[in-house]
Amino acid sequence: MTTSLRTWDSDAVLAVEHLTMRFGGLVAVNDLTFSVGRGDITALIGPNGAGKTTVFNCITGFYKPTTGMMSMRPKDGSLHLLERMPDFIVARKAKVARTFQNIRLFSGMTLLENLLVAQHNPLMIASGMTILGVLGIGGYKAKEKEAIDRARYWLDKIGLTARADDPAGDLPYGAQRRLEIARAMCTGPDLLCLDEPAAGLNPRESAELNDLLLSIRRDDGTSILLIEHDMSVVMGISDHVVVLEYGTKIADGTPNETRNDPRVIAAYLGVEDEEVEEIEQELDEQFGDGHDEQPAGDNEGERA
Amino acid sequence: MRVTAGGLYFMEVFVQQVINGITIGSLYGLIAIGYTMVFGIIGMVNFAHGDVFMVSAFFALIFLLLLTSWFGIASVTLALILVMVISMVLTGLLVWAIERIAYAPLRGSFRLAPLISAIGMSIVLSNFVQVAQGPRNKPIPPVTREVYTLWQGPTGYPVNISLKQIIIWVVTALLLAAFWYVVQKTALGRAQRACEQDRKMASLLGVNVDRTISLTFVIGAALAAVAGTLFLMYYGVVVFSDGFTPGVKAFTAAVLGGIGSLPGAVLGGLLIGLIETLWGQYVSADYQNVAAFSILVIVLIFMPQGLLGRPEVEKV
Amino acid sequence: MSTQAKSLPQGGPDFGQALKDGVIVAIIAFALLGPLVGLRTDQNMANELIIQNRLGLAAILSAIVGAGRFLLSAFVYPWLTARGRKTKAAVTLAELETRATRARHLSIGGLAFLFVYPVLIISLVGVQGSIKWVDNFGVQILIYVMLGWGLNIVIGLAGLLDLGYVAFYAVGAYSYALLAINFHLSFWVLLPVAGILAAFWGLILGFPVLRLRGDYLAIVTLAFGEIIRLVLINWKAFSGGSAGISSIPKVTLFGLYSFDVSAPNNFAKVFHLAASSAYYKVFLYYLILLLALLTAFVTMRLRRLPIGRAWEALREDEVACRSLGINTTNTKLTAFAIGAMFGGFAGSFFAARQGFVSPESFIFMESAVIVAIVVLGGMGSMIGVALAAVAMIGGTELLRELSFLKAVFGNDFNPDQYRMLLFGLAMVIIMVWKPRGFVSVRQPTAFLFRRKTVSGDLVKEGHG
Repeated sequence: MTTSLRTWDSDAVLAVEHLTMRFGGLVAVNDLTFSVGRGDITALIGPNGAGKTTVFNCITGFYKPTTGMMSMRPKDGSLHLLERMPDFIVARKAKVARTFQNIRLFSGMTLLENLLVAQHNPLMIASGMTILGVLGIGGYKAKEKEAIDRARYWLDKIGLTARADDPAGDLPYGAQRRLEIARAMCTGPDLLCLDEPAAGLNPRESAELNDLLLSIRRDDGTSILLIEHDMSVVMGISDHVVVLEYGTKIADGTPNETRNDPRVIAAYLGVEDEEVEEIEQELDEQFGDGHDEQPAGDNEGERA
Repeated sequence: MRVTAGGLYFMEVFVQQVINGITIGSLYGLIAIGYTMVFGIIGMVNFAHGDVFMVSAFFALIFLLLLTSWFGIASVTLALILVMVISMVLTGLLVWAIERIAYAPLRGSFRLAPLISAIGMSIVLSNFVQVAQGPRNKPIPPVTREVYTLWQGPTGYPVNISLKQIIIWVVTALLLAAFWYVVQKTALGRAQRACEQDRKMASLLGVNVDRTISLTFVIGAALAAVAGTLFLMYYGVVVFSDGFTPGVKAFTAAVLGGIGSLPGAVLGGLLIGLIETLWGQYVSADYQNVAAFSILVIVLIFMPQGLLGRPEVEKV
Repeated sequence: MSTQAKSLPQGGPDFGQALKDGVIVAIIAFALLGPLVGLRTDQNMANELIIQNRLGLAAILSAIVGAGRFLLSAFVYPWLTARGRKTKAAVTLAELETRATRARHLSIGGLAFLFVYPVLIISLVGVQGSIKWVDNFGVQILIYVMLGWGLNIVIGLAGLLDLGYVAFYAVGAYSYALLAINFHLSFWVLLPVAGILAAFWGLILGFPVLRLRGDYLAIVTLAFGEIIRLVLINWKAFSGGSAGISSIPKVTLFGLYSFDVSAPNNFAKVFHLAASSAYYKVFLYYLILLLALLTAFVTMRLRRLPIGRAWEALREDEVACRSLGINTTNTKLTAFAIGAMFGGFAGSFFAARQGFVSPESFIFMESAVIVAIVVLGGMGSMIGVALAAVAMIGGTELLRELSFLKAVFGNDFNPDQYRMLLFGLAMVIIMVWKPRGFVSVRQPTAFLFRRKTVSGDLVKEGHG
């Protein structure tokens, strides 16, 4: 593989340079440099406590990094320095969306409402910053219709259309994960950051997640940066893997390159590939067939 | 006195006000401990705590009258000690009952529910005392008039400390020491700290969480009862509406010191007492309470972890 | 719950245990009531405090408390547990729907009733007799309904616990009072001005405090409320101090008719009616009804707009909101300002109705009452808040009507002084009984196929 094929070197949507984050005396992230290629699925992996989520929080503006530069280039060609922006501006202007390790849905609101909240900013403008909306003038109705269509598109894509009017808190775990991804996508991001999207999913849901992520990249042209422990996701779909240990990058390359990197094996996998596959196979046998987590049907009759 | 504030007697007036401020501050500190302990253990602002303090002053008032008039106890010292102990016991019992009735059923429920319940309890306590004991001021004859002159400045202006003030300082210091021992050295204190960290884990390890929480309330109430008794002795008057303002000031003290921190509560109490008296002396007596509330606002906005509290890191 | 469940299989109520409970509770009650009720301190002729012995009364009260506890243990708890077991199965969707429909019917019926209420009262008790019912009950309750609905935006929708709401009520009242007296402007000009000023204060006070979370926000707003009141008391040149401001002009019927007895265009004179203040009261009633309905209408509109959804999302999860590009500071400030604005409207109405304002009307207790109404009603539910206002304000107003009890308890008995006591007790009891308030379901603001009611158990209560 020649270097020119690596999108993360030639066309980076996000470039992180010399990122360092200290909490008091603790160095959570140490001089980290890596890039996310446009249209790539990039995996950020590493043992627990390696600082992966901290990197995410820096990228999405929830933490101010101690030092370092993070430049984001959305499709429109603009350039945003993320370390200078508050969190909501990162989402709004730099077009970076994220999900959370412990799901953060609006559990008392319906699926549709969750997806509408994600389209807050364009809808806010459509409602004339609320003033026209209250008076009932302006084209808010039409814009809301568009927003609902967009939400519907995402509900179709994650297979939850029938449950559109149920509260998000009622969904089974796997569906909540998918909904959180759909909600992030409703903001129309250029970079989607997923914090352990496959955590807690059974192998079948994991496979569905892979399909969803691939289709997001294919249909919507959104680049994806994900933190993941599930190697079937990492190795199965990612184009680029960055490995962290104790806040420092120890490997950076294609999945094949990193999986054969002795440092990675030593630090992270700790076991040979075959063993990983063995375990995966066992899991597949255990959960593979018919383990479908559809919700028990108190509202079975209402599904269209 | 006003005239002399800035000029001739500056030093004497200042020292006198510091003495007064520490006295009031000790009372605030005693009340503040109740807020800070309850907040530490169940994360709730016990809104009724100020009114508990007021009720304890009424217990003290009633038993002081009872002991001196009905039982004819002549020794002021004996009467005061008895009254303080009785007030501590009864106030503890009252708060134990309140906790069982109004707070315990709401544990683990909707977060606002205990706060609303506590506000309701605060209304109940002050109005109950108003109905049962009448709405008027309850003055008692001074317990002691003893005043010692610490020194007389060259101009003849004396700096005084009254026996009452000395009693307040001594009692507060003794009780804080005893209380500190309980929290640091006994099984109860250990259980308390365990519940503060992680209630579920503590209960798995065999700590009786419900009992620990109840006892926390009761200890806070007993300290408030000491403050109530001393308050009655110091000012010589109490009225049913006396709970609110000292309550808010003591809460301010708890926040200023860093809520959850016991030394912080005492430190905060002393600071609030000092700031309040000095503000009243040098700035404006009318706006004395505004000063206390403003401190509360400023501390919460700019230094929410307080002086001795732990900073809170937002978890994402 | 668990202890009750354990005792169940034995069958019928355990009277021995209940009796023991009752006796213990009676003893505890006597320990507390004995001094507080039984030994009443009073001043004698020489202004000395003496103790009045009422231990008999204390004993009776303690016995009643003990008996109550016995009844609870023996009958009410077993019954509740038995019923609880039957309905323990999670509330079904159908049941939620019925509840929602019931609430909807209730609101339509209630609205119709509100519009005919003054007519009904006048036809029942005559023009002069209607004053009490229209003013003390109608207007008084509607003011709190409006305040409850205004605060509901802040607490119920945005999830920010504001314990200083009365400050904005005060801003509205003093704005109207001062501007009407000093500049002779009419109510109709000053109503929006008062609202804007209150909203402005909402922004000023809101800006520094909105970074705070949880109970801290509550305490800071409380402190702000108190600061404003204390400044009103002490800044005598501006506000008249604790004496307040009197002779505040009345509202006119859009300048066409006046309700001033001396004015040439006095309403009663023009229409050749017997002079009575009842007409003004009826007019005020419809005015506050319309103001309250305006609040309700705007709130319902806002809920369906992005800002309203952002408020509710903020209540559910602030961090997630920020990750979706929502400026949470602005969103909170808008909630604060709009809530404050309605408080300001209500305040200027209050000033015009009373003709007199003083800091005494804006004590912390008022804020507590409004918060209680919002929380007891069920956060976010308009109909619940209205019900809570009727129950709490109407209920305590009713106590004033119980003067016949003097016949039972003697002439010293003043039912009015039990008003706040019972209010506080009701707060505690309702919270313990229904921590989520009367109406705990949430209506979604948009739907794809059909509107399904959301159970309150899923709805979060916010961090502020």
